[in-house]
Amino acid sequence: MNTPVQPLPPQPSKKPVAPVQKEDAMLLQKEMINRNYHELAVAHDRGKRICATFVPGNLNELVMCFDFARSLPETNALQSGLRKKSGKFIMDAERDGHSEDVCTYVKTDLGMMLNGDVGPTGEPLPKPDILLLSYTGCFTFMKWFELVRQKYGCEATMLHVPYQGDGRVSKNMRDYVVKQLKETVIPALERVSGVKFDIDRLREYIKESVKAEEHLVHVLQSAKRRPTPIDGYFGAVYYIGPIFTAFRGTPEASQYYGVLRDEIDQRVREGKGPITPEGELTEEKYRLVVEGPPNWTSFRDFWKMFYDEGAVVVASTYSKVGGTYDFGFRHDPDRPLESLAEYCLGCYTNLNFPQRIDMICKYIEDYQADGLLINSIKSCNSFSAGQLLILREVEKRTGKPAAFIESDLVDPRYFSAANIKNRLESYFQMIKAKRVAAQAATAGASTTTH
Amino acid sequence: MTQTVQQLMAQCEALFEDLRFGVVKEWKAAAPGRKAIGYMPVYVPREIIHAAGMLPVGILGGGDQLEVIQGDAYYQSYICRIPRSTIELGLSGRLDCLDGMLFPSICDVIRNLSGMWQILFKDKYVKYFDVPQNFEDGIGGDFYIHEMRLLCEDLGKLADKPLTDDALRASIVVYNENRRAIRELYAYRAAKPWQAPTSEVYLVLRAGMVLPPEAHTRLVRDYIAATEAAPRPKRDNARVVLTGAFCEQPPLGLIKSIEMAGCYIVDDDFMLVSRWLLEDVPTEGDPLENLSKAFLHCSATTASKYEMRKEEKGQFLMQSVSKAGAEGVIFAAPSFCDPALLERPMLQAVLARHKIPYTAFKYAENTGQMAPIREQAGTFADSIKLWSAA
Repeated sequence: MNTPVQPLPPQPSKKPVAPVQKEDAMLLQKEMINRNYHELAVAHDRGKRICATFVPGNLNELVMCFDFARSLPETNALQSGLRKKSGKFIMDAERDGHSEDVCTYVKTDLGMMLNGDVGPTGEPLPKPDILLLSYTGCFTFMKWFELVRQKYGCEATMLHVPYQGDGRVSKNMRDYVVKQLKETVIPALERVSGVKFDIDRLREYIKESVKAEEHLVHVLQSAKRRPTPIDGYFGAVYYIGPIFTAFRGTPEASQYYGVLRDEIDQRVREGKGPITPEGELTEEKYRLVVEGPPNWTSFRDFWKMFYDEGAVVVASTYSKVGGTYDFGFRHDPDRPLESLAEYCLGCYTNLNFPQRIDMICKYIEDYQADGLLINSIKSCNSFSAGQLLILREVEKRTGKPAAFIESDLVDPRYFSAANIKNRLESYFQMIKAKRVAAQAATAGASTTTH
Repeated sequence: MTQTVQQLMAQCEALFEDLRFGVVKEWKAAAPGRKAIGYMPVYVPREIIHAAGMLPVGILGGGDQLEVIQGDAYYQSYICRIPRSTIELGLSGRLDCLDGMLFPSICDVIRNLSGMWQILFKDKYVKYFDVPQNFEDGIGGDFYIHEMRLLCEDLGKLADKPLTDDALRASIVVYNENRRAIRELYAYRAAKPWQAPTSEVYLVLRAGMVLPPEAHTRLVRDYIAATEAAPRPKRDNARVVLTGAFCEQPPLGLIKSIEMAGCYIVDDDFMLVSRWLLEDVPTEGDPLENLSKAFLHCSATTASKYEMRKEEKGQFLMQSVSKAGAEGVIFAAPSFCDPALLERPMLQAVLARHKIPYTAFKYAENTGQMAPIREQAGTFADSIKLWSAA
């Protein structure tokens, strides 16, 4: 069930735009995201308070316990990037004194504020009443909300999530997070919202989360099949949208993931490849694992480069920034606060380097990938610092070729289509050459045996 | 025998320039079984390393004398320089004298470097040392005490001798004395910056990264005495605070250039580990609890530390300006340093509100061209002098 649609809003590009193909679930998630923007726009008029928080380690179920409308600044920035609005915001923030060296999500957010707080959909994005600083896996988050707090003057509450430096979650780390939730975060959310915390309400939301988590893992792991029915990077961006943002724990998220699962199962039964904006990928030539976030300003062009070559991403690390569910984590209604803590501690960018490398190697093996592609993002030190070592280690351990490209999240100045296309073409040739060499070696061994 | 400033500076310069850490090797060789533990900026409780009978060694990158070849292969062009030069130090065998490395929580780059170190130097003790961003004793304090206890256990195993509370208390005494001496040095420089140029104070402080604290305390006091004994001319320079250089260090030439341009640097944030704890740590009672309370309630502020309330932002810098009698602030941040560069606009807004002039530039530890910086600092100094006189 695929519905061709015109992209909205219209791209400012002068090139003629081909119709985009999307799965129904993709359209549904877009509706959900847009509806959330509308709810934010009218929240104060309806007497609702707004909580802003980050994607990794977001505590959506907890925030919902206080009836907050939920705003995710990274999502706002990436939506601005997708809609070609981020370039101006970034330059405005730089003119306002922010360094060209720092994260462009931050500058897009600040630029949006400078331009009158109009959200990506064109509706107002009102000032949040509280900033829930879930300091998980990214140092920049801390500075980001300090900057926003300075502009808006609103209250902020910090949840410090320790890093898994030793590659594990210790009791001390978990206790620290739980204690902050009980003694700092929940009292702040109660104070600002005027709603008393009810742990049973939290349990109910968490029960709902688990349903969505089960569906999501089923969908992501469908990429182990040949051909894969999904793209685990470009497509997965749509799939993770609701669960990583304002919808985890809601019945509509469970419903969304149910629809998505059915759709993907249908594709599996029909032996179909993934839907891309250019159409269905009918011949799967290359299966890749991708490390690093995508570029948003040229998202479709970027995806098309893969489509044109018959390349599909079977697993990605970016689709785990909001939770590593495919490694078994589930929220637990019987241990609500503890499992929220474990969720925050387990997000991808909170893992140490050996864990990240293990995960990528496992993906390459489990998803029968031809190799690893790293999209190194200038803005994101949390992902990018040290990725060249990841590349070497993964090549060494798997024997599979790896490649490295560079771009940015939402800064159009850092997306060089020609360079990236060249690199990708060379990489695919390398995979092909390795494949031919391996086939020749197998044939040679077989001849020798006979 | 009393040493002159020149003699002391020659010693400090030799320590500063020795990227093979000869003094650390000598210290280790002086007694069997001695171990040295490296640490990166901004802060680790060095008392714990000292109490384990080990030498804490501050690793602040490779400076402008190290040719980075291998290190560049691990980093993209948009990552700051300190991790690549630190990797270069490690891969070239210059850090072989270290038995372990601590990577404190400061930013994502140093955090990730801890994991890279685990992979690249498998035979060494490597620890990412997390410090709390919650400053309640019962929350962040409990977490921090536990993390420090783990470090004590790890180092006890490495030393083959458990750390005792008495040893920790004794080390707290040693570091209290060291911090006291450094506070005296900073107060002396703020009072008589012509007697204690920052290019010298920096080298004295930098020596504390490789010397045992007892020896460093003597060096600091010797320097104060030696410079006080040799009067120098006072110039009509602008008094400035330099901020943003808490991790990757500027080249010494940059500090000299700022001074030559007509600025007296009367406070700075170099090597904050030496001055992180602002008062003496109590020596009675539970030593880890005392270290924790000092961290939570009486420590310096920098970009890597969360400030709970909006009103707190910039207050530490304002106090520094006021206490040191500064007339302006120079923001000197390493290129691509997220913490310093994200913090900067917030601090600038506070300064602007208080009508304190500032200027800003970026550097790398191997910046070679000083003319633009000298020009900028000179213009800044002139503007302070002209406008403050008007």
